[in-house]
Amino acid sequence: MSNSVHNAGSVPRLALKGVTKQYPGCLANDSVDLTIMPGEIHALLGENGAGKSTLVKYIYGVVKADAGEMRWNGELVDVVNPNFARRLGVGMVFQHFSLFDSMTVEENIALGIAPELAGPGLDKRIREVSEQYGLPLDPKRHVFSLSVGERQRIEIVRCLLQDPKLLIMDEPTSVLTPQEVERMFVTLRRLSDEGVSILYISHKLDEIKALCHNATIMRAGKVVGDCDPQVETPKTMAEMMIGTHLVAPQRDETMVEGDALLVVDGLSMEAEDEHGTSLKNISMEVRSGEILGIAGIAGNGQTELMDALSGEVLADHENVVLINGELAGRMGAGERRDLGVGFVPEERLGHGAVPDMSLWENAFLSGMKRKDLLIKGFMDVVKTVDYAEKIVKNFKVKTSGVDHNASSLSGGNLQKFIMGREIMQDPTVMIALQPTWGVDAGAAAAIHQALFDLAKKGAAVLVISQDLDELFAVSSRIAVIAEGKLSPAKPVEDLTVEQIGLMMGGLHGMPDEGGQKRVA
Amino acid sequence: MDSAIVIASVLTIMTAATPLVFAALGELIVEKSGVLNLGVEGMMIVGAICAFATAVTSGSAFLGIIVGMLAGAGLSLLFAILTQNLMANHVATGLALTIFGIGLSALIGDGFAGQKLDPLPKGIPGLSDIPVIGPLLFGHDILVYFSIVATGAVAWFLTKTRAGMILRAVGDNHDAAHSIGYSVIKIRYMAILFGGAMAGLGGAYISLAYSPLWAEGMTAGRGWIALALVVFATWKPWRAFLGAYLFGGVTIIQLIIQGYGINIPAQFLSMLPYLATIVVLVVISRDKYLVKMNAPACLGKLFHASH
Repeated sequence: MSNSVHNAGSVPRLALKGVTKQYPGCLANDSVDLTIMPGEIHALLGENGAGKSTLVKYIYGVVKADAGEMRWNGELVDVVNPNFARRLGVGMVFQHFSLFDSMTVEENIALGIAPELAGPGLDKRIREVSEQYGLPLDPKRHVFSLSVGERQRIEIVRCLLQDPKLLIMDEPTSVLTPQEVERMFVTLRRLSDEGVSILYISHKLDEIKALCHNATIMRAGKVVGDCDPQVETPKTMAEMMIGTHLVAPQRDETMVEGDALLVVDGLSMEAEDEHGTSLKNISMEVRSGEILGIAGIAGNGQTELMDALSGEVLADHENVVLINGELAGRMGAGERRDLGVGFVPEERLGHGAVPDMSLWENAFLSGMKRKDLLIKGFMDVVKTVDYAEKIVKNFKVKTSGVDHNASSLSGGNLQKFIMGREIMQDPTVMIALQPTWGVDAGAAAAIHQALFDLAKKGAAVLVISQDLDELFAVSSRIAVIAEGKLSPAKPVEDLTVEQIGLMMGGLHGMPDEGGQKRVA
Repeated sequence: MDSAIVIASVLTIMTAATPLVFAALGELIVEKSGVLNLGVEGMMIVGAICAFATAVTSGSAFLGIIVGMLAGAGLSLLFAILTQNLMANHVATGLALTIFGIGLSALIGDGFAGQKLDPLPKGIPGLSDIPVIGPLLFGHDILVYFSIVATGAVAWFLTKTRAGMILRAVGDNHDAAHSIGYSVIKIRYMAILFGGAMAGLGGAYISLAYSPLWAEGMTAGRGWIALALVVFATWKPWRAFLGAYLFGGVTIIQLIIQGYGINIPAQFLSMLPYLATIVVLVVISRDKYLVKMNAPACLGKLFHASH
């Protein structure tokens, strides 16, 4: 591999050789080699299921490998558990945070560090480290009251308190605004200058280009190559990841926008509990043939808006939500489906699919009326299985059969299935929350293409997402939701990522209105 | 009512509450670790008969207490193996444990029914002779004092110690606890065994002190009340203690009212503690925030380690 420009010739901080891990029915890691030098920021790239998470879990001692060795500063080590890894100097920021909601920031940090560091004075040290690296945190707050960005800071501060030599970050930026990402990069570069090695996992290839010195690419459990992100483009890296040419989704510029099929007029809704967000006088129109994007940081009312649109929570008046011209504000989810709405909720397991039911049963549950899957009140199993198999085939869902449980699919595959299930019901209105959350480049492109096709057929599509790249790629107009208020939508040509980022951070009004300049 | 009756009532309330305190404290720790063990009633009654049988046979009440606790812990070990290693459903296993415990206690107790036993000695010599406050403060058996100490110890353990913090963390998010590097199953095993020993101790108190004899089914649903108390207390030890005294009080007051010949059907009065449990549970559960803030998020969920 192209060794780091930093400290070339010195002993690697971390060297893995021949790491192999077999799960039942899946070879997660197949003789993986990886070398990271002191101070190097090293990217680990790969599609969902390529084996990145298994590999970092092995480094952190959560997973035992079947074969292979790990050298730490040149010495052979056997990382028996995460405590041992932490003592070596490995810190890890998890993709799905390893935090305890009902406990305080300080308790959460104390639990994740060596007992001798967790003694009295910890709150003072938390404040010191968080100020030193520009990661403000209040040790006495409870985690459930914090934003996702703040929660991530807890994980980072937890690592920094232990004076790490290697920091592993699994998809750290998927929940941050562009400004927060930039701030985090400053911290990471500073750590790198101080000699800390960083192993950085991300799907966002332009971020890797901006930050990392080297990249290792994995596919199907194997290392398929190394590259220098500085000389590659995001497109070439994506192609190395998926192993074929990436077909970028094409927006059909000839799309004709028609009537407004989804109209929200003055929707207000009190939050169910004090940690939720109240919706405040939300109005929007989604027209036939267009894709409206709603940007926003998690926890600003997206979930509540989705609940109000899907009918999981009913509005106070029936005239605040209009679907195909019908007053739908007081209709339940089933009635709205009958009107021709397709839903792709954020939570795939639990909202989008029943985890312990098979794929065909899940297909039945949402498609039973619109796909006519009932015979005199009984399930038409043959027709349902056929429908489920078509979804699997048309949307390239990787599964060994439609009688497998929804929970057995990887996140990206299940998302493709849910997306396909809704699209094949030919919805006139499609509402998707975070459609490509945690989904790799290849699958994301397929999902985006499906949304374009749907709009082309005349559906009104609403995409609510935190991923600005996604919104800029698919939307014709973008609105921003912040603290439960929705800005007016603007054509995507008139907007920049920076403007949207500022508005997501709590600056209300569109950029040309008022002209405030305040970074929240 | 003269003061002697009041003092006597308070003393009986305390003995009625003490087994509930033990069982509820044990279950509180179990639930804080994310495990729901509905077998409290079964562990209590097995603790009761094992303690009684040992005390009668050996003549040592102390040995009886120890054996009662071991019996409760033994039964909970069965629960732990089934739910933690064999991944059986917590609710079904707990219910089965209760039914099993009631049957087992009847089997062991065959032949012990009707036998007599001296109750646990009460009172600190000298001090308990002081009028009024003497019997109230110093007139109890050793386990009443121990129940107070135990409540304080559990509260201290949960809020002030690192081990208690880890226990709460395991109950709040077992996957996160596992990925940070805590042994979820080991910690839950210890919590379950503690819960079993405390339920056994509660049972032993019933058969050695509260009513020193053996009768089939003598725990009479106290295990269920203890379970309810944990929710009633929103998983806080001192509130569970208070709750136990409240329910102990209702139990005893209905007896006193009956004793005064007030014309309320006895069956209605015996319903009171259970009715009060339901009312309190409804009132508490209505406050979503209170439950969310204190309830262990992983309560009753199975944990599959990811490797």
